[in-house]
Amino acid sequence: MPYAVTIDNLRKNYAGEHALAGVSFSIAAGSLAGIIGADGAGKTTLMRILATLISADAGAASVLSYDVNTQHRKIRAAIGYMPQKFSLYEDLTVWENLLFFADVFGVIGMERQRRLDRLMAFSRLGQAQDRRAGRLSGGMKQKLALSCALIHTPRLLILDEPTTGVDPVSRNEFWRILKDLQRDGITIIVSTPYMDEAEYCDTVLLLHRGGVLMQSTPAQAVERYPHALFRAESRAGTVRWPARAPAPRGARFVYPSGGALHVAADPQIVNEPALLEALREVMPEIETLHRIGPRMNDVLFSCYNAAGSAGPESAPPPAPAPGHAHNPLAMIRHAISQHRKGRP
Amino acid sequence: MKTTIETRDLSKRFGPHTAVDRITLSVYQGEIFGFLGANGAGKTTAIRMLCGLLEPTSGSGTVAGFDIIRQTDRIRSRIGYMSQKFSLYSDLRVIDNLRLYGSLYGLGKQALARRIDELSALLSLSPLHGRITGSLPWGWQQRAALACANLHRPEILFLDEPTGSVDPVARQTFWDLIQTLAAGGTTIFVTTHHMDEAENCGRISIMIDGRIAALDTPRALKERTGKPTLHEVFLHLVDPHSESLKERA
Repeated sequence: MPYAVTIDNLRKNYAGEHALAGVSFSIAAGSLAGIIGADGAGKTTLMRILATLISADAGAASVLSYDVNTQHRKIRAAIGYMPQKFSLYEDLTVWENLLFFADVFGVIGMERQRRLDRLMAFSRLGQAQDRRAGRLSGGMKQKLALSCALIHTPRLLILDEPTTGVDPVSRNEFWRILKDLQRDGITIIVSTPYMDEAEYCDTVLLLHRGGVLMQSTPAQAVERYPHALFRAESRAGTVRWPARAPAPRGARFVYPSGGALHVAADPQIVNEPALLEALREVMPEIETLHRIGPRMNDVLFSCYNAAGSAGPESAPPPAPAPGHAHNPLAMIRHAISQHRKGRP
Repeated sequence: MKTTIETRDLSKRFGPHTAVDRITLSVYQGEIFGFLGANGAGKTTAIRMLCGLLEPTSGSGTVAGFDIIRQTDRIRSRIGYMSQKFSLYSDLRVIDNLRLYGSLYGLGKQALARRIDELSALLSLSPLHGRITGSLPWGWQQRAALACANLHRPEILFLDEPTGSVDPVARQTFWDLIQTLAAGGTTIFVTTHHMDEAENCGRISIMIDGRIAALDTPRALKERTGKPTLHEVFLHLVDPHSESLKERA
């Protein structure tokens, strides 16, 4: 299978702290790959290395068969990158932003007109083309940013949380556009905090503390889910579970989900009535318990649990090593040296 | 049940554009009220009117028993506000942020020290007092922000998209704190685009083009629309012609 991206033991430190602690994986050409994980897990660092905006400390990565360390010009011409922060010109109109990015990427003449027409059609931004980018709604801004990233017809798209802060309807539309782009043969790497979006991906990569905790198709992840999963509910409303309460008899772990509780139990020895009884001892308002199929959200909790933590932020973070860790000057020097490395 | 937020035909027009169009709602003390809507539906404009930061074009409302047009000063001392966008001073230590916000709210030195201890215990913040705020993971920064917004014991907390970009586990922890505050009697008025979070609310409203198109408990809305999740309820109400990607596949 041809790969659009291969990464081998990639490492990156920021001021003595691991951002990536040896990451290896590959992404098949033409696929839609989702990256999930907590803030600080390494998602943005990984995407910036693939976009050749920063360089890794060690390890190898190739993007569209080009080396990220030596062939960054080739890579930049062949990929579209959309950073997490909206970085278009807010005081230019939609149309002016598109023209600007076309110029930057050397898209001119008839070709430019053809591509702009096509981008306007698929993004349905036509009616807003004379509006200033700063005055667009959140969903429209993201569609414009995507259009700008597509102006040079890239073969690979790298999108860093494009739908964060975007409402469900606009997110739905955005993902429909991504699916259409994928059908045109573009490989897409996209990070997201929404687990429903992870389910739309061909492959999902879960990063945790700078490492890969899981890479799987959503279907496989659900199939390999190692627990028997139950949903405990009350008709009266939201059921809470006391933070740090130990798992009741017969359960491995319990967490709130969508107003109810999800209870992971050992599939070999599960006894439903006893489990309900044990749950009700802690939370008497629980009325019903029924078996459900896991979704990506449940897979995530299971992965964190297997990694030996209740989650990335369940315990206070340890104090940093003394020294340069939070020295702003050291960080600026570091950033400048990275910048120079990136552009010889 | 005591009402803490009440609006009647509250409207705001900007020139020819009606951002908020005659919204009428009541929120009860200790309730977690989810104020949902598409980007640009008018949520932020409505919240700014409720906080006394923006004068309505027409209609009326009270927050914590005070008039949102004439008694905005009284309102501001009784509410807390927090959003994903405006947070703490990231180059100050957590304790400095707490002291700064406390003095801005006019708390005396001893009262402030007591209150900081109290909130630090509730939110498990004590070990982090000496840390630079910006160096902490998101969930712990947000916890510190929540403490700052609560120093003056507000009756109502306005949370405008408090959880943008975080993983589900950290969001879960944050919501547990919100529920703890609500159980203590604080009213929570929250906007979010995460529909799984909205399921935790006592009641939610869904705003479309400045109007409140639906207002009820999550369960009642699901039953009424025949949709299994709030995500699908939202898609159904806001864009009836949309099909979810799942249905299409």
